[in-house]
Formats: sequence, structure tokens, C-alpha cells
Amino acid sequence: MSFLEVSGLVSGYDRGTVLHGLDLDLDAGAVLGLLGRNGVGKSTLIMTLAGLVPVSSGSIRLHDVELAGKRPDQIARAGVALVPQGRRVWATVTVAEHLALSSSRSRGGTWTVDSVLDLLPRLAERRRHYAGQLSGGEQQMLAVARALLTNPRLVLLDEPSDGLAPAIVDQIAGVVTTMRAEGVTVVLVEQDLHLAFGVADEIAVMEKGALVHRAPTAQFRRDPDTAHRLLGVA
Amino acid sequence: MLVSVLNGFAIGFLLFILAVGLSIVFGMMDVLNLAHGALFLGGAYLGATFAGSWGGFLAALGLAAVGGLAAGALLSLMTEPLRRRSHLDQALLTLGVAFVVAELLIIAFGDDPLSVSAPPALDGSVSVLGATYPAYRLVLIGVGAVLALAVYLVVERTRVGALVRATVADREMVATLGIDNRLVKAAVFAVGSLLAATAGVLGGPIYGARPGLDATVLILALVVVVIGGLGSVRGALVGALVIGQVDTLGRVLLPELASFVLFAALALVLVLRPRGLFGSPASVSTR
Repeated sequence: MSFLEVSGLVSGYDRGTVLHGLDLDLDAGAVLGLLGRNGVGKSTLIMTLAGLVPVSSGSIRLHDVELAGKRPDQIARAGVALVPQGRRVWATVTVAEHLALSSSRSRGGTWTVDSVLDLLPRLAERRRHYAGQLSGGEQQMLAVARALLTNPRLVLLDEPSDGLAPAIVDQIAGVVTTMRAEGVTVVLVEQDLHLAFGVADEIAVMEKGALVHRAPTAQFRRDPDTAHRLLGVA
Repeated sequence: MLVSVLNGFAIGFLLFILAVGLSIVFGMMDVLNLAHGALFLGGAYLGATFAGSWGGFLAALGLAAVGGLAAGALLSLMTEPLRRRSHLDQALLTLGVAFVVAELLIIAFGDDPLSVSAPPALDGSVSVLGATYPAYRLVLIGVGAVLALAVYLVVERTRVGALVRATVADREMVATLGIDNRLVKAAVFAVGSLLAATAGVLGGPIYGARPGLDATVLILALVVVVIGGLGSVRGALVGALVIGQVDTLGRVLLPELASFVLFAALALVLVLRPRGLFGSPASVSTR
């Protein structure tokens, strides 16, 4: 039995189905880099796993607990945390308040406000600022902190490097590595191949709402033909 | 002139107490509660029934608070099955509730306007800078200011307020922390309804209690919400004080055009600031 077992997952929006029977198994503590061209359904998969896009059919089992059909807050309490595309921090809420709210339903564990601020010291300096006043990189750190403070077992990261400077991307890579060291399972959707290759144990590629290829990161990197065929990159 | 400005403040603070719950629930959950005016009128009839003594006035306030809490929680529960529908569907439901409540109030209290007396010792007038002014309205300004400050501090400075602001800004992200949106909505709905019913009691000595008052104050509250911006406490306060002044000054200076002045102010704000004075793009989520 895998830690995460997704089978036959069908989901999407009013205007059409995006995931057409997707299957995905993931072992506890693994970091999966999820790649694919624009519009193949990577974000829809992330949002469906978090419960923010409704499941039409299929199952999502986390440690043998069925999550399909559950509300997002129930899924969060089962140990799933989301760092969404576009960060989606609350502009009118301060950094300190973000941290307090995020730990209010914490499952208990490694991550406390203090340990997260040790990992992301920039946030400590900005505690009193509203999230709307932060730079893009700081907002991304805050979105990561928000997810960590729930003490999740599975973290879903949707393009965390989007629009950020290389130094910030390196910091995100460091945080993902720390999560992995703490035994957190990670699904990372990324366009930045350098980041994905740097932190992922395995690479999976999506096409038209399903997984079409999966390989250990090192093997995927030795196979530029496949990467080129699936991603349109060298 | 001074009397008119004071009246503007009295009505402004009353409007804030009425409108703040409407604004936050709409900004947070896309639920436009058109039964909000009926809650105010219910409070006004409680005042008409019990006021006359201090005990009666305070009893009316207490009953309005408890009844408002319960009614708000009930309304929140009723709109829940329509959560995935458009906010027009939800507004239609609350409009139906408003009609039913208005009819029940007519059955219970009749068609005739009822007056609500101010508590003893406040039913006289006092001298303010040479002008005579009803003592009750002066106290209302003070009570309204204190209530407005209390609501502002709770929303802007406390942990619970942070949860409310976060839910207004992006409720899905609140849910991903394991917090059930429905509880936040029910709590805000209940407290907002408590404030609306309480405003009805407090406003009784000014507006009285009569059929149709619910629609009148609902429209004023909607104007306040639109001018101030959805989901913003600061916006609701500024919008309420502006509308209080515009309404009373309009009645004094341009009696024939009073209601026109009100909506002209609304139109002006909408042209210049379509999201309201304090509405940020983030707080008007299209999700």
C-alpha cells in the first residue's frame, strides 16, 4: 500500500473535464516533480487533491483514508497542505496573523511558528507587515510557511518559482529539501526544470489529463529525448 | 446646520451598525442578505413593544441581540445548500425570507406606524452650542461611536478578526488550513444580524416602527456597502458616516431632491471608484 493512491481520478470545471482517469501512487517521504506542458491539468490535479476542485469519479486515498468528496478543510485536517499557484496570501492580514491562523488547526509536530521563522528568517523581519506589502518572494515564503504550520504529511506546491528571482528559487529548493528530511511527502508542479531536478526523487509527466511517463530523476535527466518529446525542451 | 450635522452623525453611526454585518457577509461569502432590513424592523418593533422604561429598553436590546444571533445563524444555515449557486439565487432566498418576516410583523403589529419612546431622562432636549438637540440622539452618537470602534478593533486587531479578514480575502485558502468556512460564515452572519436587530432598537426613537421601514433601511445599508466597498469595516464606517451626512443635509438643503442626492452620491462613487472607497481588488474575489 502506497502513502498516496490516486486511481481513476476524473475532475474538472463546469466548462469541461480536465483529468480523465488519472492514476498516481506515491510513497511516504518522496518528492515527486510533476511536469508537463501548459494546460495538461497539473494545477487541476493539485487543486483536486486539495479538495478545491470537485471529484467527479475515482478515488484519492491517503494512508488508506478516502479523501475524494471530502471538503477542503477535512482534507487539510487529514494532513494535506497547499502552496497554491499565485501564492494567494491574504493581502489584508499581517505576516504574524498568517502564522497564528495557520497554526490554529495544526496537527501538532515539528513545525511551530518559531521553527518556521528559523527556516524563513525574512518573515520574522516582516512580522508586522500586511501580506499585501510584501515582495513576491516574501509572499511565496509566507505561503510556504502557512502550509508548513499545519504540520502536513503531504505538501502540494504549484509552481512556487513562478516569477521569482533565482536566489529566492534556491531558498525554496532548500525548504523542500528540509521538508523531505522531516519525512514530509511532496508533490511539486514546476516549470523550472533546474528546481524540479534539484529536489525531486522522481519525475512524472502529465499529458491531456493523465500521467504518461514516470522515472527516477537521475534516469529522466539521462534521457533528453523523452524530455524533449514530452515537454518540448532539451 | 449644527443640528443637521449631528443628525448626520447619529444616523451615520446607526447605519454603520446596521451595514457592517451585511458588508462582511457579502464580501466574505458572496451572500447578499436582503433580510437584513427585516432584522432591523424586528428590533424596532421590539423597541415599540417594550421601551418606555429603562428596563423595557434594555430588555428590548437584549431580546434583539439574542433574536438577531439566532436569526443570523438560521439564515446562514438556510443559504448553505445554495453555496455553489450564484449569489443571485442566495439573494432571492433571503428576499423571500424578508417578505415573509415583513408580513408576519404586519400580522403581529398592524399597518399603523408605532412610535418608540426614548428611555426616561433621555427623552428631553439638551443645549449644544446654543442649539437645542434631543438628548437621546446625542447619546446615540456616543453609543454608536463606541460600538463602531469596538467592531473596528475586533476585526482589525484580534485573531478572530484576522480570520474574518482572511476569509474575506480568500476563503479557499482558509479552508486549506483545516478551518471550516461554514462556521466562520455562521458566526459572522449571527453577529452581523445581532448588530442589525440592535440597531433597530437603537434607531426606534428616530425612525419608529412601521411597515416598509425594512426596505428603506435595507436600501440605505446597501448604498453604504457599495460606497464603502465589500467586506471592509473601514469602508462601511466611512460609507455610513458619508451617507448619514448626505441624507440629512440633503433633506435640509434640497428637501424635494433628498432621495436623489443620496443616489447621486452613490453614482458618483461608482463612477470614480467602482469597487467602493475601500474595496481592494483582492476583497472582491470573482471565484
